[in-house]
Amino acid sequence: MSQPETLGLQLARRGISRRSFLKFCTAMASAMALPPAMAAQMADALAKAHRQSVIWLSFQECTGCTESLTRSHNPSLESLIFDFISLDYHHTLQAASGEAAEHAREAAMAANAGNYIVVVDGSVPLKDDGVYSTIAGITNLQMLKDTVKDAAAVVSVGTCAAFGGIPKAKPNPTGAVAISEIVTDKPVINVSGCPPIPVVITGVLSHVLTFGSIPELDHLGRPLAFFGETIHDRCYRRPFYDRGLFAKAFDDEGARKGWCLFELGCKGPTTYNACATVKWNDGTSFPIESGHGCLGCSEPDFWDGGGFYKALSQGNWGTAEGIAAAAVAGAAIGTGAAMMSRKRQQSMVQEHGESEGGTLK
Amino acid sequence: MTLLEFARGPGLQWSLVILAVGMMWRLVGILALKHKPDFSEPRAGGGAMFAGAVKTVFTRMVYAKPFRTQTTLASLLSYVFHIGLAIVVFGFGPHILFIRDLTGLSWPNLPSGMIYLTGVITLGALVALLIRRMTHPVLRLLSNFDDYFSWLVTVLPIATGLLAVAHLGARYETLLGLHILSVELLLVWLPFGKLGHAFLVFVSRATTGAVFARRGAAT
Repeated sequence: MSQPETLGLQLARRGISRRSFLKFCTAMASAMALPPAMAAQMADALAKAHRQSVIWLSFQECTGCTESLTRSHNPSLESLIFDFISLDYHHTLQAASGEAAEHAREAAMAANAGNYIVVVDGSVPLKDDGVYSTIAGITNLQMLKDTVKDAAAVVSVGTCAAFGGIPKAKPNPTGAVAISEIVTDKPVINVSGCPPIPVVITGVLSHVLTFGSIPELDHLGRPLAFFGETIHDRCYRRPFYDRGLFAKAFDDEGARKGWCLFELGCKGPTTYNACATVKWNDGTSFPIESGHGCLGCSEPDFWDGGGFYKALSQGNWGTAEGIAAAAVAGAAIGTGAAMMSRKRQQSMVQEHGESEGGTLK
Repeated sequence: MTLLEFARGPGLQWSLVILAVGMMWRLVGILALKHKPDFSEPRAGGGAMFAGAVKTVFTRMVYAKPFRTQTTLASLLSYVFHIGLAIVVFGFGPHILFIRDLTGLSWPNLPSGMIYLTGVITLGALVALLIRRMTHPVLRLLSNFDDYFSWLVTVLPIATGLLAVAHLGARYETLLGLHILSVELLLVWLPFGKLGHAFLVFVSRATTGAVFARRGAAT
């Protein structure tokens, strides 16, 4: 539960040194592309802040987003939960279950009304009154509405929450929608990705804690600090794209030499995320470094984008039969036009012949 | 559906359908027309007529001597943008993928940097030709909507393509969507306007060549 005590006092009591605290703030300021001087301001602001109550709702999802968060390296999940936020409700991570778990959520909502942050991963099914996903007998839609009512802000974590994701993929049997389609009267921050980069999740939460406001967002509601540039713009294989050197197969010479994966369907040019700079697994690598093209998982409807291995410049143009049918139709129209023209020519020749008094042969 | 999704999906599909209908309409419509009977004694047989037809397709690429001095600049610019277009369309890796997707045909690509440079030169040649068309006293009078619109639909894919690779003016996916849409506009307009020469030029030159060969004239 949230405590009235400031974070600074709590940290001191827990024996966390000023050095460690500044290190955390510097890492966060750097991740969010803030000026270096902001690290000290962030430290001051955080020291005076109260622990932020966070309620984490998991709906139609695969727990991959939570798995991602638990691999957050800087700040670690432990430091985030124990030092900076009060994670009052989270199915996967909380010890309580059943009635006790739901009471924890309700108690946190009552104690922090108007101030708590709701983090949501997973989409919400609307079809058939939302029966396709329920928790403690409550539909996701109802739980979201109830919980968000007194929240300060909502963070949609993962592409399912941000844009509907895989549950919304065609044919979308459950009528899944993104959180922003339901929550329209509160600020919603979309931290998309399947899963999102751990440091982006913690970075966004740190920004809200530090500045008491939501970070600057792009037109899809994503923090610009992390979603301001495409994977392609920051890709280490970009020079090969510019030189026109492309891998044609996953095991050809180009692939072994680390050439551009555009022809193998890489969606880097149209995908906005920080994978190429922040990377994964404690800064080890990102998918393209492992030899696979970007799937575009942080973009809306990435699952229905026409195929992961289809290059961006290739179209979804239908079938050859369709084009052939069109060509036959065109030939028929052309034949008709030529016949009409012939008929007209014939009648003109006849008219001409009659006026000249001659005969047509 | 985003702009890019529309451009890669239904937009492309319908533009190809219209292109196929239009091309066959024009081609069959012209080939099936009643031709004027030639009563003259043939000077050459079928084989020579075929050779004349093929030869003329290429010999007409060189301007006739009497016109050379008057049209040096215009013909040079025309060659630059036609060759430039061919390099950009058939030499760029992503374009080859697009063509491979449609036809199954594929070939090695050129360095992307060379394509960008060629694109800029092509665009420059097209702008210069437009200025000439608008300032030349006779050409200006001869020009109609078809000329200007055909110019526009040729320029748009090059301009939007260059903007897309430079990431200028809008987000990349929007620019890519606009680029593909501009190509679709070109495909839709191609059979119906003067751009139809892209395929009709072979028909008209070959016909002229065959007729000339039959009459024993130089091709």
